[in-house]
Amino acid sequence: MSPNRDRPWLIRTYSGHSSAQASNALYRSNLAKGQTGLSVAFDLPTQTGYDSDHPLARGEVGKVGVPISHIEDMQCLFEEIPLDKMNTSMTINATAAWLLSLYIATAQRQGSSPEVLTGTTQNDIIKEYLSRGTFVFPPDASMRLTSEIVAYTVDHAPRWNPVNICSYHLQEAGATPVQEIAFAMANAISVLDRVRENADVDDETLSRIFGRISFFLNAGIRFVEEMCKCRAMTLLWEEIGRERYGISDEKMLRLRYGVQVNSLGLTEAQPENNIVRIALEALGVTLSKKARTRSLQLPAWNEALGLPRPWDQQLSLRTQQILAFETDILEYEDLFDGSYVVEKRTSELLSAAREELQRVLDMGGAVDAVENAYMKQRLVESHTARLRAIESGELVVVGVNEYQETVESPLVEGGSASILKVDESAERKQIESLDAFRKKRNADDVAQALRQLEDTIKNGKNIMPASIEAANAGVTTGEWSQVLRDHFGEYRAPTGVGTAPVAATGTASEGVERVRVRVDEASRKLGRRLKILVGKPGLDGHSNGAEQIAVKARDVGMEVVYDGIRLTPQEIVQSARDEGVHVIGLSILSGSHGVLVIDVVEQLREAGLGHIPVVVGGIIPEDDATKLIEAGVVRVYTPKDFDLTRIMSEIVDVVSEHNAA
Amino acid sequence: MPPSEQDSTLVKRLRDGITTGDPGAVSEALNRIDDDRPENRETVLALLDSAIGHDRGPRIGITGAPGSGKSTLLDALVGVLRDRGRSVGILAVDPSSQKTGGALLGDRMRLGSAARDSGVFLRSLAARDQLGGLSEITGPSLDLMQAGFDQVFVETVGVGQSEASVIDLVDTLVFVAQPAAGDLIQFMKAGILEWPDIFFVNKSDLGKIATRTATELLAGLDLAGRGDTEYKPQVLCGSAKHGLEIETLIDAIDAHQQYLKSSGQGEVRRAQGRVARVRSLLATNYGRHGLSQLTGPLEIETYVGARPESSAERLSDELGREVEAALGKKAK
Repeated sequence: MSPNRDRPWLIRTYSGHSSAQASNALYRSNLAKGQTGLSVAFDLPTQTGYDSDHPLARGEVGKVGVPISHIEDMQCLFEEIPLDKMNTSMTINATAAWLLSLYIATAQRQGSSPEVLTGTTQNDIIKEYLSRGTFVFPPDASMRLTSEIVAYTVDHAPRWNPVNICSYHLQEAGATPVQEIAFAMANAISVLDRVRENADVDDETLSRIFGRISFFLNAGIRFVEEMCKCRAMTLLWEEIGRERYGISDEKMLRLRYGVQVNSLGLTEAQPENNIVRIALEALGVTLSKKARTRSLQLPAWNEALGLPRPWDQQLSLRTQQILAFETDILEYEDLFDGSYVVEKRTSELLSAAREELQRVLDMGGAVDAVENAYMKQRLVESHTARLRAIESGELVVVGVNEYQETVESPLVEGGSASILKVDESAERKQIESLDAFRKKRNADDVAQALRQLEDTIKNGKNIMPASIEAANAGVTTGEWSQVLRDHFGEYRAPTGVGTAPVAATGTASEGVERVRVRVDEASRKLGRRLKILVGKPGLDGHSNGAEQIAVKARDVGMEVVYDGIRLTPQEIVQSARDEGVHVIGLSILSGSHGVLVIDVVEQLREAGLGHIPVVVGGIIPEDDATKLIEAGVVRVYTPKDFDLTRIMSEIVDVVSEHNAA
Repeated sequence: MPPSEQDSTLVKRLRDGITTGDPGAVSEALNRIDDDRPENRETVLALLDSAIGHDRGPRIGITGAPGSGKSTLLDALVGVLRDRGRSVGILAVDPSSQKTGGALLGDRMRLGSAARDSGVFLRSLAARDQLGGLSEITGPSLDLMQAGFDQVFVETVGVGQSEASVIDLVDTLVFVAQPAAGDLIQFMKAGILEWPDIFFVNKSDLGKIATRTATELLAGLDLAGRGDTEYKPQVLCGSAKHGLEIETLIDAIDAHQQYLKSSGQGEVRRAQGRVARVRSLLATNYGRHGLSQLTGPLEIETYVGARPESSAERLSDELGREVEAALGKKAK
């Protein structure tokens, strides 16, 4: 083995579920297996600032991550994990200031000061508006919070990455490589501009802040292009640093990024193929020294089927370890320096991204391009184009639209045994422990801390010190967020679906044309045009799927009420009633379908609307699908149903059957 | 054909439900009147007739260019009205694709809290084949909704032409203007200045530009050649996003309502609206040549004026048959 091997990247797995206790056990076992950093997944109530017993939290507690309602949850999460030695990445955005405060308070209780902490708060609100959906406050307030975390950490926790600009979720929402680069850069610029104008920073501080902005990239299966994308981004970031911010320190100018490889391309059909996809995608961001990621998270091969088990996560961890420790990629200088082909593709991406970035900046920057829906519209367009290409076979996905012939996979023979069984009692236990915590804390300290937090916000002071005090006083996630909700208000992000272009005519849309005729015919029989409600119950904000369904339903001639995200079952029932729809389409990815969808079906019945059929789409294991059908849902669609046109045709069938005289 | 026994029970049940503000009944009635199968026409007409004389509150139109902040303004307005204890019905109109007939109706999302309030009834409507305008179902839908709720709004994209058609349906029309969206000439070109009763210049936080837009609107109103010269349209400046001058806008709407009542203009306007709706339905079906067949007692204004107990839809059906008869005779 060469003595000059580079140090490997940080090896992490994005994880957390059920409870702080269960997640702590998982983290410790992952570290024992050779994982070198932690990546915390919080559940949706924590991400959107609700306590586990809030009505909107129903069904969501402990589902996509760990519930953290107060300081003792956080202490339990890191029990016997010394934070002064750990590098922790926290996927937290709207409530980033709060979770970072809990983290700092936990470290202090462990005897460590914030100066020694290393890790990352995602803290990127723009992509929440565009793709991930766990925003809470309006853009201006959110940017203020982001910039205050930056201002606080640069002095008090200088080794912490306060912001992790995510292009990852943009690709999941359909972004092309050019859009991924340009929108991420526009996003970073909006943060830096805000920091510069707010905090009265000198050049030296600005240089340090610039150096602490990190990125979180996606890597898809076109891994040569993805490598070029990383190179182009590195060049553009340096260019922005020099030209826009006058940074000259080479170290500060280096683009630092972590990667999670693509989930968008993972398939439910022949899921073992994903093992290969994941390895190739990881290779794309580790092979070339100049475009090598600083930290890597790999998804699990069975992600499209349900929640991965510890064994599935271990396989992803081992994939990283084989790349880092068995192969020789860490022994060489950059393999592609001087490659004409790589340089050409890189410079093409660079110049197209520069152009697109300028377009966004001309609009006033990323915040304006969120509010006027420009970026969202472009993403919806790209995603629509991608799905149409898969439907038409132009884009080959092995096992999905080509080479579907297969023997049964022994990996999924066990049915639901091949995914993680969620502990259904986790929600109840978490609520009980939250109750107990509320009873034993000092109510006066809490009230005092909340008053102080309110004053801090009103006076425009940095929110971090008062939040850390609130954490120590026993304030809960819901209480902290409510103070901010009361002051800043809540935000609804534009959807971008209203203006997506109608499907082009031509051979690719033959199927669409046929379904249009069927919709017209069904509408004639109904007496009015077929009307569908599309919405997302619960706190899961991943709206890309629901948006694509809405656009396709319009393209085949339906009248589509797009009801958006974060809906309670009661709100969905009210919408269905007021709108007089013929069918309801629900999308849900957080694993909370068992509770929420059944609530919708039951409440429809109670409201006398039991005759409206409900179809559901999402990551829904087979056993759960059976339960939903038994509860009265008429169709369940999962990621293997990639042909949206066919889904539309079936929806026409469903409506016709339910309205037959 | 008179309605069957079953139908008249249905009509009575829905009318009773609507007039007590039951959202389920309002929704079912709206679905029924949207049914364009000929065999159900008599039920539709009976339902519409049954709503006549059950006015609960004013109908207010909210119009403006895309992006002017109509939904945000409506959200703010509804919030204040709900605090004052009024029940609210909203019809939100979005365009349809001319190519596919499909439509994406996004107002439930855009409206936010107003759409989630259980005291608010919101129905999204597609504009269907009416370019930049209102589908034929908008008028009858408002007729039903105003029998069920204290205050009824219709929100629609304004492109000049649609103000002219929405004015036939509402008592008070509010135009949401975008600062610097267009100068006076543009407003005049679009024919917008002739119709609205209240102009709300939104985004007043932009400062001078908003004030200038308001000043231009005020100046332009003198040149607009408006019908009712007694009422001077109000021009207000405020911000829907920041909740500025929302109460002022509600006061201005109430003041306009007061004026309509005391001057008798309210009656005049509704009567004119009915005539215009019948004329427009007939013109769509039979064209100008068809309209010219209606003379003497069949002249639209006379015919409609003499039948206050019938809906505009029933009257246009009746007159339609007269047109067909007259054209048929000539053909022989």
